[in-house]
Amino acid sequence: MVIYGVALLAFCYLVGQIFGEYLGSWLGVEANVGGVGFAMLLLIVVNSWLEKQGKLDSLTQSGIQFWNQMYIPIIVAMASTQNVKLAVSSGAVAVLAGALPVLLCYFTIPYLTKAFKPSTEQ
Amino acid sequence: MEILLKFLEKNGLVVAFLVVGILIMVADRVSKRLLFSKIPTPAVAIIFGLVLAYVGGVITGGEKGIADVKFLAGMGQLGGSMFRDFAIVSTAFGASILLMRKSGLVGAISLMIGIVVAFFVGLSVAWVMGYHDAVSLTTIGAGACTYIVGPVTGAAIGASSEVIALSIATGVVKATVVAIATPLLAKRIGLDNPHAAMVFGGIMGTNAGVMAGLAATDPKLVPYGALTATFYTGLGCLLCPSVFYLIIRTIV
Repeated sequence: MVIYGVALLAFCYLVGQIFGEYLGSWLGVEANVGGVGFAMLLLIVVNSWLEKQGKLDSLTQSGIQFWNQMYIPIIVAMASTQNVKLAVSSGAVAVLAGALPVLLCYFTIPYLTKAFKPSTEQ
Repeated sequence: MEILLKFLEKNGLVVAFLVVGILIMVADRVSKRLLFSKIPTPAVAIIFGLVLAYVGGVITGGEKGIADVKFLAGMGQLGGSMFRDFAIVSTAFGASILLMRKSGLVGAISLMIGIVVAFFVGLSVAWVMGYHDAVSLTTIGAGACTYIVGPVTGAAIGASSEVIALSIATGVVKATVVAIATPLLAKRIGLDNPHAAMVFGGIMGTNAGVMAGLAATDPKLVPYGALTATFYTGLGCLLCPSVFYLIIRTIV
C-alpha cells in the first residue's frame, strides 16, 4: 500500500532528524547536525534490506517516489519564500562577503574532485 | 473579494500546489520555446521563484518572500523546512550507497575547506569594508558560511543586531548566488557526477542554494550534494563561535 512507503519515509526522516538534533545538542550547538544525511543513509539501508526480503512492492515504492518527484516543486516554493529583497538591497558588504567566497569555492571543486577520484573510476 | 481571499488563505497549502504547478508549466514553456532548452526547466522555475520572492518582499516589506502575501502563505508551508527535508530524504531512494561511501572522505575534507574559505574570505571582505572588531568580523564571516551560522554565531559572541542582520543578508546572498550560478558553471567545474556533487555539497554547504543549484543542474545529483551539505551548518555553528572566534580575537 502507498501509505507504507510514505510511513517508511516518515520513519527514516524522524529517526535521522532526531539523531541530528541530539548530536547538535551533544556538541553544544544550536543546530541540527546532519539530520537529513542520517535519514538518507537510513532510508538506503532499510530500503535495500526490505528489497532483499522481497517486501517492497511497487505501491510501497510509489509512496516514496511521489515525494521524490515533488522535490523540485518544493524547492521552487522554497525559492519563492527566501528573503531575496534583503539580499539585493543590503549593500556591498553582504553582496561581496556572500558572493566572493562562493566564486572562490567554485574553483576549488575541480581540484578536489580530481585529487580524490574514487579508484574504480580511473 | 473578501470571501475569496479568506478562502484562499484557509486553503493555503492546496493553493500553493496549484501556484507552483502553474509556475513550473510556464517555466517549462519558457525553457523549451524561448531558451531552446539551453537553461533547464527547474533552473527557470527556481529563478521565477526567486523573482517572486523579491516581488513579495517589495510589496509587503516582510522577510518570507511571496509567503508574506496572505493568500499565498501556503508557499511558506510547501517550501518550509519540513516538506523540503522530507522530499530531500526521499531522493536517497535510488541513490547508490557505494558511491557515497567512496566519496565519504573527500566529502568530509570539502566540508572543512568550504567552511574555512567562506569564513575567512567573508571576514576579509568585512575587514576591507571597515569592520575591525573581532565580534563583527567573526559574525559576518560566519554569515558567509550560511544564513543560519551567522546569527547563531553572532548571538553566541554578543554581536549587535545590525551586524547579525548583515550576516543573515550575507548568507542569503550566498544561497542566491549558488542557486543561480551553479547550473551555468556546472560544465566548467566538472559537476556532472555523484562524486563531484558530494564535493560541491560540502564546499558550498548552504542547503537551499546547494539543493536548488543541483536540482537546476541535474536532479539525479541532488541526494549526493544534500548528503554532505547537511553537515555544513552544524559544523559551522560548532567552529565559528569557538575556534574561529578565538583565532580572530588573538589576531585583531
